[in-house]
Amino acid sequence: MRQRDTKSVSLATDDGLLLKLELHSDPQLLCVVRGALERLTEVFGFSPPDRRSVTRAVDEALTNIMRHCYNGQTDQPIEVYCRRVRPRASERADGLEILLCDQGPAVDPAKLRGRRLDEIKPGGLGLHFIRQSMDTVEYQRAGSTNQFRLVKYLQPSTQSRTS
Amino acid sequence: MQISARHTDNTTIFDVSGDIDLANSPEVRKALLREVREKRTPRVVMNLSKVRYIDSSGVASLVEGLKASRDLNLRFILFGLSPSAREVLQLSRLLKIFEVYDNEDQALSS
Repeated sequence: MRQRDTKSVSLATDDGLLLKLELHSDPQLLCVVRGALERLTEVFGFSPPDRRSVTRAVDEALTNIMRHCYNGQTDQPIEVYCRRVRPRASERADGLEILLCDQGPAVDPAKLRGRRLDEIKPGGLGLHFIRQSMDTVEYQRAGSTNQFRLVKYLQPSTQSRTS
Repeated sequence: MQISARHTDNTTIFDVSGDIDLANSPEVRKALLREVREKRTPRVVMNLSKVRYIDSSGVASLVEGLKASRDLNLRFILFGLSPSAREVLQLSRLLKIFEVYDNEDQALSS
């Protein structure tokens, strides 16, 4: 996972903001977020496999926050911002950016590398699923906040219906 | 998520429905390991045809069931994988590690 160099991500502007969710770190709420992401990605214009990819990545990122940042506490705050982003390269279609914010301790970037898959053992698969599912996966610490930024771009032929 | 068990000769079939995620994968893991390690059922079959979504913790529970079965020389079988479940097993390179069938008839006649 790439660590961002910038010191902060602007959350003040609503430019491109499609959806904001605030939830507690309760695993019972994961299905609620998945439901919202399934519909958002459908409206955004993703293909069914890409809808599943984005939903899976967000679900796994939230799971990691609940397990590792909050150590299983179920009453801690998590914010999820979903935005439309315009690609830097003109040949790419729009993308969906998902920014997940928590107030847990800073994450050691070395622990964000995931594990190799050549060994059959339980655990350590979540980060792998996130990387496989998204075009961009970044982490940064901004003040007391962990920020995980995920981006998935539309395939050019399926440019968004919400433009 | 709901999980229930059917027992036939030398076989236990777990019928699972709903999503398997962090909220309930410990329940799946507990049921599987009890069936394998404590009861030593020769063939444990997971009916996943009504499971729409499995996260990494759910996959980890299935891997634990598989490893426990292999350790005791028992069989552990999956059938009825949804597109989402198939994708996560492919992403984790586990699809070829598990014994997977399309439906219950194929799983039980294997």
